Parts: sequence; C-alpha cells; structure tokens
Amino acid sequence: MGASDNGLIRQHLIDPEICIRCNTCEATCPIGAITHDSRNYVVNADICNHCMACVPPCPTGSIDNWRNMPRSIAYSVDSQLTWDSLPAELSTQELEAAGVASNDLASAQAAGADVAHARLIADTLATQQSEQPGFDASAVAAMMPPWSAAHPYTNLYGPRAPETSIKATVVGNARVTAVGRDYDTHHIVLDFGGMPFPVLEGQSIGIVPPGVDALGRAHHPRQYSIASPRNGERPGYNNLSLTVKRVLEDHQGRPVRGVASNYLCDLQLGDTVEVIGPFGASFLMPNHPKSHVVMICTGTGSAPMRAMTEWRRRLRRSGKFESGKLMLFFGARTQEDLPYFGPLQSLPRDFIDINLAFSRTPTQPRQYVQDLMRARAADLAPLLADRNAYFYVCGLKAMEEGVVLALQDIAREAGLDWSEVANSLRRDARLHLETY
Amino acid sequence: MSTINYSEKIPNNVNLAEDRTLQRALEQWQPNYLRWWDDMGPDGSQNFDVYLRTAVSVDPQGWAQFGAVKMPDYRWGIFLNQAEQDRKIHFGDHLGEDAWQDVPGEHRANLRRIIVTQGDTEPASVEQQRHLGLTCPSQYDLRNLFQVNVEEGRHLWAMVYLLHKYFGRDGREEGEALLERRSGQQDNPRILQAFNEPTPDWLSFFMFTYFTDRDGKFQLCALAESSFDPLARTTKFMLTEEAHHMFVGESGVSRIIQRTCAAMNELRTDDPQKLRAAGVIDLPTLQRYLNFHFSVTIDLFGSDESSNAATFYSSGLKGRFEEGKRTDDHRLKGQVYRVLNAKDGQLIEREVPMLNALNEVLRDDYIRDSIGGVERWNRVIEKAGIPFRLKTPHKAFHRNIGALAGVKVSPDGQVVSDAEWAARVDQWLPSVNDRAFVASLMGRVVEPGKFANWIAPPVMGINRQPVDFEYVRFN
Repeated sequence: MGASDNGLIRQHLIDPEICIRCNTCEATCPIGAITHDSRNYVVNADICNHCMACVPPCPTGSIDNWRNMPRSIAYSVDSQLTWDSLPAELSTQELEAAGVASNDLASAQAAGADVAHARLIADTLATQQSEQPGFDASAVAAMMPPWSAAHPYTNLYGPRAPETSIKATVVGNARVTAVGRDYDTHHIVLDFGGMPFPVLEGQSIGIVPPGVDALGRAHHPRQYSIASPRNGERPGYNNLSLTVKRVLEDHQGRPVRGVASNYLCDLQLGDTVEVIGPFGASFLMPNHPKSHVVMICTGTGSAPMRAMTEWRRRLRRSGKFESGKLMLFFGARTQEDLPYFGPLQSLPRDFIDINLAFSRTPTQPRQYVQDLMRARAADLAPLLADRNAYFYVCGLKAMEEGVVLALQDIAREAGLDWSEVANSLRRDARLHLETY
Repeated sequence: MSTINYSEKIPNNVNLAEDRTLQRALEQWQPNYLRWWDDMGPDGSQNFDVYLRTAVSVDPQGWAQFGAVKMPDYRWGIFLNQAEQDRKIHFGDHLGEDAWQDVPGEHRANLRRIIVTQGDTEPASVEQQRHLGLTCPSQYDLRNLFQVNVEEGRHLWAMVYLLHKYFGRDGREEGEALLERRSGQQDNPRILQAFNEPTPDWLSFFMFTYFTDRDGKFQLCALAESSFDPLARTTKFMLTEEAHHMFVGESGVSRIIQRTCAAMNELRTDDPQKLRAAGVIDLPTLQRYLNFHFSVTIDLFGSDESSNAATFYSSGLKGRFEEGKRTDDHRLKGQVYRVLNAKDGQLIEREVPMLNALNEVLRDDYIRDSIGGVERWNRVIEKAGIPFRLKTPHKAFHRNIGALAGVKVSPDGQVVSDAEWAARVDQWLPSVNDRAFVASLMGRVVEPGKFANWIAPPVMGINRQPVDFEYVRFN
C-alpha cells in the first residue's frame, strides 16, 4: 500500500547549512548510502534503506531531514552535492503535477510513508494538520497532560531505546462487532510475561508486522491505542488490549488490505507479536477526585475511552470519584458496527452517561456525535466552564473540526466567552485530540 | 561484544572482568581520576543535572543515550569499536601482515609516547576550560561545554586503558602522571604548548573546539589506521565523540557571526566601535581570533621535516589521514613532498623525502579541512549581504615550530621585518584590547531559551529537544 505502489518515497536528505562534514554518518552507514565531495555530504536515495543507523551519531541533527518525493524525480547525488540549503517540501500541487494522484498522496502520508520510525509518522501527521486550511482544531488542543495525570513511561522499546522491540504473546483475540459484517473489529489481548511494559490509559503502542514490503524492506510499525487500564486487561496481569479494525479499503473507499490490521485480526492464541513503545505523554486521564471526563469517539477511537472508563469502574468502590461524571459520545455507522456495544449496555447509568450516534442506520436520519453533543448542550455547557472537566476526542481526523465547532457553539449559546473557554481547554490541558 | 556492561564498576565492552590484574589496576586508578575531576573538572558544577549523552553500546543505536546526569556520576568507561576480522596492516614496511593484537617489543617506546601525548591533551583541555561555565551565554551552550568536558574525560580513560593493558608498570606510571600534570602550571605543565594556553572566553572556546579539536580529529584519524589494532579500535570510537566537539566550535562561531551580521544590518554600519558599543563582536576581531587559533593549532602537527614521523609511518604505528582511501603504494619510499622554508627573507619551497614530511602532509590535509568550515562561515556573512570574508592565514604566519619559526610572515604570506611585525601585530592577532573587550561581554545567561546578546540561538536543540529545553538543572 501507499509508498511503494505509487512511487512516492520519503527521501532522506542532509541539511548542508547545519552539517559540519564530520564524516560520522558516512562512517556509520552499514550499506554505503552516504557519500561526499569537498562541499557536501549526501544520501543516495537508490541505496538508503532508512535503517536510521546514521541518525543518533550525527552531532548536529542535520542528518534528520526527509521529503516526500516521487521516486522518478528524487534528488540525485549530483544535484545534492551542489546545494547550499535544503529545498522546500513539494506542495500537493507540485506532487500531483509530478504524477502522484492526490489520494495516493493522502494514503501515503497517512501510512507515514515508508519510514520505519514511529517519530516520523508523527511528523507526517503534523504536516497534514498544518496543511488543513481554515479552522484549526489543534489550536485549542492541549500539549500537556492534566495536572493530576500519572507519570507515563514512553519509548521503553524502539529504535532509540537499548531494546529495539519487545515480544508479546497473544492471549486473547475476539470479535467485538456483530458477526456478518464486511468490516470486523477485534479485541486483542497481548501479554508481556515478565518483561516490563508499564502503560497508562490513553497511551498507544506500535506493532511491527512481520515480513517485508514490496520493496523488500521491513514494514514500519503501526500505532494502536491501548484499550485496557493501567493494571492490565485482566487486573494484576502484565497484559493489555487493543481494538483493531480490519482494514479492507482506504479512506476513499478503494480496496486496500491493511498490512498490520489484517495481521493482527488473524492472530491465533499463543502467537508472538513484535511491539515498540509505549507512546504518548499528553492524552492521559485526570486522577484527582471530582474530575469529570467527557469522551467523544468514533469506531476504534473508542479504545482509549474503554481504557479510561474501565479504570474508573475499577476504582469506583474507592468512593473517590463519586461526584466525578463520565460522559460518552460514541459514533459508528450502525449499531452492529459499534465495538463493545454489548458490554457498554451493562454499565450502570449512574456511572456513565452514554450517547450513541449512528450515521448509517437504514430508515433513520444520519446522526453524528456532534449532533448528540448539541442535543446535550445543557449538560455540556457547565462542564465546559468547569476546570475539573476534561475532554477527550479520538477517531477519524474528519470529526475533529465538527466536535470543536460543536463545543464552541455550546459555549456561546450558554453565554460563555469562547476565547476564555478555549484558552482554558488548551492551557489547563483539558481538551485532548487523538485523530488519524 | 558490543554491549557495555554497566553492572561493573567500570563500564566496558572489553571483558574487563576476565582480566583481573587489569581490572584491579584500573579500579585503583579510578578514584584518582575522580579526585582529579573534582579538583580540575568544571568549576562549581559537580552537583548540576546535565542533559548528557552516554554510550550504552558502540553500535549506532546505543551510543547516544540522553538523560540528566550529574557529571561526577557520568559513566566513564572503556569502549572499543568492533574488531574487524583478520585485519591486515595496510601501510609501511609491514604492509599485508596481520595487524598486531599486542605491542611488538621494538615499537614499545614509540607507541607509549604516541599514546601518552594524545592522552595528555584530553585532561588538559578540561583544565583549560574549567572556568567557562561561570560565563556561559546560555544553558544550551553550557550543556555543550559539559558534554565536551565529560567526553574529553572519557578519551583519557581510553588512553589509560591502553597504557594499563599493554605497557605494564610503565603504563601505570604514565597513567598516574597524566593526572598529575596541569595545564599552564610552571613546574609540571602539559606536554604540548597549545594545551598550556588559557581558554579565557567563549569565543576562544569556540575557536579552540573548531581548530584545535580538529587537530585532535586528524591525529585520531591517523592513529585509527595504526597496525596496533587496540589503538585503532579505541581511536575509531573516540572519533565519533570528537565530531560533537567540532560541531560545538563550528556552530558556535557561526552563531556569533550571524548575530554580528544581524547587528550590522540593523545599525547599518560596519564600524567596529559602533558594533562593540552595541555589544556584538565585530568581524575583524573574529578574523584576529581565527588567525591566532589557526596558527597555534597548525604548530601542533610538529616539525615539517621529522625522522620520527618517517619511523612512525614505516613501522606502521601511525598512518596518514584516510590512509585506506589513498591509492598510492602505501610505503612512500623514494617519493618527495614540497615543504615551505624561509631563506634570505624569502619563502621558498623545497622538495624533501615524503616519509620525512609526513607531519607536513597531515598539516596540509588539516588546512584543507579547516578551510571548508571557514567557507561555511562566509556563507552566513554572504547571506546577510555583507561584503566581508573571513580567511585562514598563510601557513607561515605566526609559526613557532619547524623551519618557519624564525621568520615573521604576514597573514597574506609576505615576509616582514621585525619592526613591521611589531607595528602591525595588533591588526593580525587579538590585542590586549580585543581580549579585554571580548572578556567584557562574558556575562552568565542561564534562563532556558535565553541567549547572550553577542550570539544567535542555534537552529535546533540537542537530540530534537526544543532550544529552550532545560539542559542544565542547577539544584
């Protein structure tokens, strides 16, 4: 999918303005992809396999530059040797002019192109965000965790950690949507045995699918939110769960078999999986008594919400959170598509306020989570004004704007100053977005 | 074995635990080293938490681990690059023979001398720089200084390991002496003169790390070719660390230039007095510092004709820069090289046997390499639209070693009389006035993200951290 099929590559480049020509990268590269003349050090795109071995030893950071380029017009060694500075990233229009179809570009970006590095996936997502014109939901979003969040461990396993990955054993794999649909979603439980892998609700992990892509390179890791609370899917055990939807078509509806999701959904009990992470240090839940949590999600975006809900449920007997509200806005195409529909129904009403929106129920008008939020404005407005209320949004990128606009309308109609509310949501780390 | 064993007192990847004699010797040296660090390491900084990189293995993924560390707790240890299987000697009289895993008796004295001379520069530079932390222009720069310092300390460990492991009692005594000499001390100075000069201010520090640490790079590169395999593997790993030191120098000077050019364009002036009044370092002063550090550093390569250099090469102790990439016969017998001499008030070129001129060969390679960076500094000036170019001075300028020591030469290569030299030296080398001015700028800026007025912030932080990251916690 993505990168290899449509000829788009993530080209590795060295910034000649920052590079000091120390030769460390060339000496480090295990496959001779880096060369130099008296002027510049450059990377040969035909040889570089993105192994990242050159990145940590570079003293300047100049080595860590990447551009989305159609393979046919990738920068040659000769042209790079003449540079005094890096060229700008090609615009979508320029890429299209070079023969890259726009939806190929989108899917390549969403897939994080072909770089085997979780950080670079994040970079690409950031680029996408900045490219979105008009309303910028992320301007309201928090960069930090709530003040009462527990301290997360991150990047314990990965390319920059002493251990590059950890093996987990599959101890559960169950379908959590109704049977008989084209799309199915699985609840997968991974056990880490005696190996340390401490996580918090809201964090994610990376799964490294086995095998290689069409170009013979190792697959890059795919990120999944953790669906279980900090003390394990099964309390007291060193395991966690994921909510994985089998991907059979891309965002545009064209057939594509997702590499990692199909691998995960087909796993058998006892299989081992290569994992990196944990990731995420801001999408974390508050832990102080009287903190309210408003959760807004679609599809598998429910994973972190399930984790937070379950942690609060386990703590419920402690009595600490008696006045802390949980509110859930959960959208799916139909009731059959909605993960965990059954278990959700059995949660007590006085514990969590559940609102379900279905956009494709036959004979019913289409309903989205933001419609339900507007319908519940009377309950949401006081929470927007309450510094103890925290909002979490997880799901497809497209929902982000609608949700934040709904919050804005609710605040204004209640006579609140939106700029003040928005400021508090960001500054007090009360609004957290995780979309893909 | 590339993983470093941190459960041991001395982190290492050389199976130290299996060599009890060596382990005991190094464990006795370790407290003396720490005492030296306490006495002569960065002044008043022992309790700071510094965002340092530490090696956990010598492979690419493991050698740059970042975290907040108190400097005395830094895991100094012994790291050698992976051994190359069946490595052969690739230059000199022993070309084609197996590389030595032990020291041949006939080369013992020379190798010891090479290792001691290299080892002596490492603690010397820490001593030279120990007061700079008190006048740092930012937390970012302070962190870089400390990183340079702890790695110089580790380079001393690397050399002391070789001395202890391969030179017996003599080696242990040399190891102690490395901790006893002091930079600039009259009765027990460091071996090389450039390492007895003070590093009084941050401009000197950046120039030093650009020019003098680059000498280190060239010496290490030449030693990385050595037939004595443990020396080659040790110096190869040191080179990876050395790159950061040159980065500190090159980017430091570049940021000073950037700030000066910005001020020149703001104030629309190139008058040094007005620029000094605005608190930035004028470009002519930068040129004089450059002249000084360049000329002092090229002296470090030694005499232009040296029978020692010939011996070191032919016997396989020390190769040329990038020996493996050269395509000649790697023996050099009967070949010639042109060196510069002074005769009757004129500079003349003379042909001498190449083997005897190997110091000069290495010096010329060094000059080519250091000019490249000066050209990159010029691009910063050019970008600002200012018609001024920095230039490395002539090779014969301000030399105190070799055949050029007796002659006075201007930066553009004209032989001048003693009287003319005396009249113009303040245009060519930093004057007392220049040094006093630069010293007057040296305040202490330690608020995260803030920078002294005379230097621009860097383009990016360390290890992708933001520029205003808290690189040092003062506790």
